Amino acid sequence: MTATATLGRLTGAYLTVALLALLGGVVTGLAQGLEQAGINLYPALAPVVKSYYHGLSLHGVLNALVWTTFFICGFVPFVAVQAFGVPLASPRLGWLTFWLMTGGLTLAAIPLVGNAATVMFTFYPPLKAHWAFYVGLTLVVVGTWLVTLNLALTWRAWRRAHPGERTPLPAFMAVVTFSMWTLASLGLAAEMLFMTIPWSLGLVSGTDALLARVLFWFTGHPIVYFWLLPAYISWYTLVPRQAGGRLFSDPLARASFLLFLVLSTPLGFHHQYTDPGIHEGWKFVHAFLTFAVFFPSLLTFFNVVASLESGARARGGRGWVAWFARLPWGDPSVAAQVLAMLLFAFGGIGGLINASASLNLLVHNTAWIPGHLHLTVGTAVTLSFMGITYWLVPALCGRALWSRRLALGQVWLWVGGMVIFSNALHRLGLMGMPRRTMIGASAYVQPEWKPLLPLVAVGGTILTLSALLYFANLILTLTASRAPHPAGVAFAEAMSGADHAPAVFDRLRPWLVLAVVLIVLAYGPSLVQLIATTPFDTPGLRVW
Amino acid sequence: MSDPHRRPPTTVYLYELAWILPSIAIPIGMLAALTVTAFGAGIHLPSAAGRVSPTQVAQTAPFANPGVRQTGPGRYEVVMTSQIWTFAPNEIRVPAGSTVTFIATSKDVVHGLLIPRARLNVMLLPGQVTRVTTRFDRPGEYPMFCHEYCGIAHHTMWGKVIVEPAS
Repeated sequence: MTATATLGRLTGAYLTVALLALLGGVVTGLAQGLEQAGINLYPALAPVVKSYYHGLSLHGVLNALVWTTFFICGFVPFVAVQAFGVPLASPRLGWLTFWLMTGGLTLAAIPLVGNAATVMFTFYPPLKAHWAFYVGLTLVVVGTWLVTLNLALTWRAWRRAHPGERTPLPAFMAVVTFSMWTLASLGLAAEMLFMTIPWSLGLVSGTDALLARVLFWFTGHPIVYFWLLPAYISWYTLVPRQAGGRLFSDPLARASFLLFLVLSTPLGFHHQYTDPGIHEGWKFVHAFLTFAVFFPSLLTFFNVVASLESGARARGGRGWVAWFARLPWGDPSVAAQVLAMLLFAFGGIGGLINASASLNLLVHNTAWIPGHLHLTVGTAVTLSFMGITYWLVPALCGRALWSRRLALGQVWLWVGGMVIFSNALHRLGLMGMPRRTMIGASAYVQPEWKPLLPLVAVGGTILTLSALLYFANLILTLTASRAPHPAGVAFAEAMSGADHAPAVFDRLRPWLVLAVVLIVLAYGPSLVQLIATTPFDTPGLRVW
Repeated sequence: MSDPHRRPPTTVYLYELAWILPSIAIPIGMLAALTVTAFGAGIHLPSAAGRVSPTQVAQTAPFANPGVRQTGPGRYEVVMTSQIWTFAPNEIRVPAGSTVTFIATSKDVVHGLLIPRARLNVMLLPGQVTRVTTRFDRPGEYPMFCHEYCGIAHHTMWGKVIVEPAS
């Protein structure tokens, strides 16, 4: 079997797990959306889904953690290897990694499905899940480190064969993404290895809520960049070509990714503005760094829009804004990703509001937060990944997409459903409705919430319908499509190419060092103080 | 010979500069606005306010006696414990115009305290003391919710602050 075919099978294996997780998350999500409007399906679901909160834990873990991570571990190395033009350094390590991650996922899924890990995807101690949940998720994280290793080895092999050349942009972005994630995941790994695993196994009797939250959010914010950067790889290096244009600036794209590497991690306290036990001064330091990471986001916004504009102008687009209509809107892959970008603008603005310590007091832990998360992970990432699969699945199986029109309909339904769903949740949050709460069963529904709650159900139903059309189209592509589809990937050329970038924009080490220094400065004093003074005297509880 | 890696002053380069400079200015402006609102308007985040052993809460001052105490003219202190699935006290009465300091913790899992009408939003963690101050200006009922998932009956965990007309 050729190297490309092996890689294709590996990517296909990751995609299969990712899509199954997405399906599970979509189905559980529908029941939640309906519940908010007072339609309680849980008694009927009881043989499988034991409660609203069991369903919510399944939804969060399957969609936010599994769908994203498995898609990324399949898609990013695939793109990197195509861009390098050399085979993956070790296909055996690649398969070992896949089976390690899938084994870990299965181990975690047993208690999760069995209602022994109804602790949400944030699993804040002292809520205590079965040990297999923590061990399984840890194996998934270790698997992602092995993906990093394989990418790094492939990069080294490429550099030996191409001395003095600039690394191809998509491959460089892949390496930066996985390096950022590997560094950022150390917080979660520490929480798992030193706190939740020994505690859930009964080796230690107590834990600590605050230290666990600090370690969790060390990884919990950069994980959103781990989800987002693979979508950016597509937006920068694939979508401009699909839209008939060129990437505006390769150096600016590299700068943006390197800044994400440096700035993604030392800002997790912005998820803990309302926590006791962390000094207010450090919260403001993290607020400052969160605003700093807005800079590479603005660079991305400019560069990607300028690249799209080049495509639209090449297709006859005119004017300052009117060119937008000339993008190839009939291509579901492009439409999905451009619309994902559009909704992400609102997600980004919402993120700035969350990061503003004073405004955060209005929205923290309210329905605003899932509203925000569904624009970012649920649209910028998920709709982009759906758009990617509209070419990736045909490229992997060699058959054309079963129906472009069905795909276009699916994309627009997702956007329409999300606008209704997310807008309702944002507004409910501003009205003080708590998130992660079985609202239909609560005794405190406020009069001003009542007109909006049905919109959560309507939006959620449209999103579910869209997802089902998506799965139907993919299944029919695999089973019923007869037209051939070419394998391989076509990357966008750049107007200002890699040769215009300073050499340091093609290196990793100095930026990694800078990232570590910033993490030590932003987290060091608080972490040292917490580790030195925490008594670990909080017993675990299973209260579901 | 010119260096092939040197960047020619192309249009791309000029457009980049025209975007980069405001992109630095915008976050700095936002940060300035945040600083002004935080310090100028006196909006404070919870800070380190001490620890309390979660298994000893009922024997530790001040949590041994949860309740509302007047600490000065128009000033009150609420000592509160949270536990699955109630706040203690679950109903708080203060006169309109009161400044109220909440001193709170959790006896078991992570809880939250959200009083939307008073702009109060804090986490209650086992092991940590949360200290936060807010004002209740207008008379009426202010619902307070637990806003962190805390188990199967999380949605039943709520209470009220009843603000009575000032006499």
